Amino acid sequence: MSLMAPVAHSASRPRYMRRRRLNLVMMSLSLAAAAFGLLWLLAILSTLVFKGVGGLSLDVFTQSTPPPGSQGGLLNAIVGSLIMTAIGVALGTPIGILAGTYMAEYGRHNRLTMTVRFINDILLSAPSIVVGLFVYEVVVIRMGHFSGIAGALALAILVVPVVVRTTEDMLNLVPNQLREAASALGLPRAIVIQRIAYRAARAGMITGVLLAIARVSGETAPLLFTALNNQFWSSDLNAPMSSLPVVIFQFALSPYTDWQQLAWTGALLVTFAVLALSIAARVLAAGSRK
Amino acid sequence: MTDASLQAPTLLLQPDAARAGRLRSFRLKDNVFRHLTRASAVTVLGILGGVILALVIGAWLALSTFGIDFFTTESWNPVTEKFGALAPIYGTLATSLIAMLIAVPVGLGIAIFLTELCPPVLRRPVGVAIELLAGIPSIIYGIWGLFVFAPFLQATLQPFLITTFGSVPVLSTIFAGPPYGIGILTAGLILAIMVLPFVTSVSRDVFETVPAVLKEAAYGIGCTRWEVIRRIVIPYTRVGLVGGVMLGLGRALGETMAVTFVIGNAHRISGSILAPGTTISASIANEFTEAVGDLYTSSLIALGLILFIITFIVLAIARLMLLRLERQQGS
Amino acid sequence: MKLNRIFGAVAATMLMATPALALDISGAGATFPYPVYAKWAEAYKKETGVGLNYQSIGSGGGIKQIQAKTVTFGATDAPLKGDQLDKAGLVQFPMVMGGIVPVVNVEGVGPGDLTLDGPTLAKIFLGQITSWDDPAIKKLNPDAKLPSSAIAIVHRSDGSGTTFNFTNYLSKVSPDWKDKVGSATAVEWPAGLGGKGNEGVANYVAQTKGAIGYVEYAYAKQNKLAHAKMINKDGKAVEPVTKSFQAAAANADWMSQPGFGVILTDEPGADSWPITAATFILIHKQPQDPAAASEALKFFAWAYKSGAPMAEALDYIPMPEKVVADVQSVWAKEIKGADGRALYSATN
Repeated sequence: MSLMAPVAHSASRPRYMRRRRLNLVMMSLSLAAAAFGLLWLLAILSTLVFKGVGGLSLDVFTQSTPPPGSQGGLLNAIVGSLIMTAIGVALGTPIGILAGTYMAEYGRHNRLTMTVRFINDILLSAPSIVVGLFVYEVVVIRMGHFSGIAGALALAILVVPVVVRTTEDMLNLVPNQLREAASALGLPRAIVIQRIAYRAARAGMITGVLLAIARVSGETAPLLFTALNNQFWSSDLNAPMSSLPVVIFQFALSPYTDWQQLAWTGALLVTFAVLALSIAARVLAAGSRK
Repeated sequence: MTDASLQAPTLLLQPDAARAGRLRSFRLKDNVFRHLTRASAVTVLGILGGVILALVIGAWLALSTFGIDFFTTESWNPVTEKFGALAPIYGTLATSLIAMLIAVPVGLGIAIFLTELCPPVLRRPVGVAIELLAGIPSIIYGIWGLFVFAPFLQATLQPFLITTFGSVPVLSTIFAGPPYGIGILTAGLILAIMVLPFVTSVSRDVFETVPAVLKEAAYGIGCTRWEVIRRIVIPYTRVGLVGGVMLGLGRALGETMAVTFVIGNAHRISGSILAPGTTISASIANEFTEAVGDLYTSSLIALGLILFIITFIVLAIARLMLLRLERQQGS
Repeated sequence: MKLNRIFGAVAATMLMATPALALDISGAGATFPYPVYAKWAEAYKKETGVGLNYQSIGSGGGIKQIQAKTVTFGATDAPLKGDQLDKAGLVQFPMVMGGIVPVVNVEGVGPGDLTLDGPTLAKIFLGQITSWDDPAIKKLNPDAKLPSSAIAIVHRSDGSGTTFNFTNYLSKVSPDWKDKVGSATAVEWPAGLGGKGNEGVANYVAQTKGAIGYVEYAYAKQNKLAHAKMINKDGKAVEPVTKSFQAAAANADWMSQPGFGVILTDEPGADSWPITAATFILIHKQPQDPAAASEALKFFAWAYKSGAPMAEALDYIPMPEKVVADVQSVWAKEIKGADGRALYSATN
């Protein structure tokens, strides 16, 4: 659409020029807005690279978190995050997929589905610290101590809404003809869903899982009062477990320069892992749409 | 031919029995699967119910002790065990307001850029780049805010605001005080950057639903691009835009880690936005593991309950508005 | 099938989550002694293979977690009173002592350049003195060149024994402070911003121009913050060094309070540092996990015996030998396993 308009009548030429000026101003502002947004992205990413790369070394991946003033790495934090994320996703994904399946397949237009969709969307954006409080009350107090499993449970609760949403959306996109054709061949409903619909929506559902992983990898608040932290190597689910975001939190707020350096390096690792997952999810989703 | 006629029924009977058996097992599996999925869907409701229940039970002590005063008292005194939620609630609302005041115009501006001005080849990369802002974990915003953004503000924006508005009657109190670097304004600005991608992405999605016919008609009578946006696109997508704004607001209200680093953790309401304060989530994050005494813990859980209710209401309104837009589109 | 592979990967990860082989001791609490506990933990692990997982979350947190039995021991600089100890079934004993120092971030002021006294410090933290060139500060520092910039107060945002001792001192030297604010692990601060832990305060002071805060001395030294000299009860200006901490602790009568809960602020003596404090450990009389508690007691015994050089290198004061003997006899008498047998014996 061209910015040019037909030549105005002489009586309203100044008005026309004013309109054109206003248009130019507004369009420039919107360009400035886009530049503004991109500026902050660049600022944050470049700070991460600038401050985090300096601390990257093999030690980061092979040694556990040190006391202040000593050499060390982030091994226990990285592994702790991997373990809790993996278990959280393992627990939350089946529930999410099954719930999404119900909403898209069995109860597409009924009351329950509408309610669940509404509630699910709210849970999607709910403050994650509240989830941490919930798991503290229900699990940590009951068990008598902080533990990696409590942290994993908190993450699982955060995974469920993401997977429900993407599963339902993806299954809704599968054309009904596929289902009808399979049913016409005499396949029971469950098999139709599992063998036909899931396969058709597979890429989208995997995208959902990737997005869920990206979301919970960076979560700190729910882990603060569930898994707590552990300065030593530990893969014991029944004990406090270290995680990258909590270690970043602790180390960044400390005055020790070696801890702060590890915090930046950890931040670099978390951010790029999350961004890589997000981009992978996007590529997968785009690929499946062809 | 009695042999053949005797054999025929037997041949038909056997497949029937086997088929009936298979059909029975199909029906069983079907029922199991259906109930399994239904139970999972109900679990989602159960999670919400569980969270609310746990919060209410935990908050009961504080709410029953303080009553309505809990919402109107500023003092937060662990010594005398008098807790009031006013300072955290104020901080939450103030930082979110600042965030929305900046994120909404900028987000709309970016959406306008992406749908109108951006050359098609750049549209995808720029859009993805903006959405990456949403993907950055909030703790990263926190440390970046504390170590890079806050000192920057302390050296540039804050002294500027203090000296510029120093003599203006009302504004001098709003922008008063020593330039800490961290504080309500800084937290609000960081929230703005975090909420920006949500507003942008919802706005862009709703802008794209405007039928080309309407826009072309407007261009046809000589409207400038801005006029088309202002008079056609925005009124058409109004409901969706409000939904997107509410969604962003819901995120801003609940944000914890980014705010905890830069809010200054002071349980006080100051007239100045350059002063430190606290938000509900920052208070919980800072104090929960150390709250000694049942009343202290219960007060923090009560704060969590308040936050959950506020975000629930805001997000529910957002969803309702977006639903209305979808229905309007007929999708 | 892809699904099978995913399940396999998940199962493999879950197998990685095996129970720990060595017994780790878990503790949480005061940030005040964290630098020395961390150093001790590292050395102890090298020597015995047993790790100490200490979460530096503030004295308030230490008290809460040990009462909730989520850790083996709690650490606090704010000692519990006798009735609190009895009600919770806890044994309390002092581990090490140190000094709390005011730290500042003022242009042109280096470590030890600034001198303050109790009443002035109280007025600053009450928000009554708001700029660095205030006459009250100038009076104590006639030769210093102080800018006219605003004072940015930094206090603790979490439940802190360091806060307890600091406010205890201010309450002793300023009736105004005692009236308006009082002394506890978390108080209603009239002004300023809150940092999390000694670490957070040190961080904020280092980042914010014109800031003043209070931290345990090791934090000031490790992070090269400018500390201030204080004028003590006897009217002498003292530096926060081992000698002045020891002078303050010399008069302490450790058996006078239940659980050795002696406060060392504003002690008399020409060399005494006015804001000295001991830091305490809390263990249940009947621990939920006797094996872990027994390991913890072994660690503390080792720290008493071999940890002194490491503590002194960080400017902490180890407990005198007589106190150690008293503490260990309390262990043998009070801390018992499920069968009623003492968990610690002197021959360990």
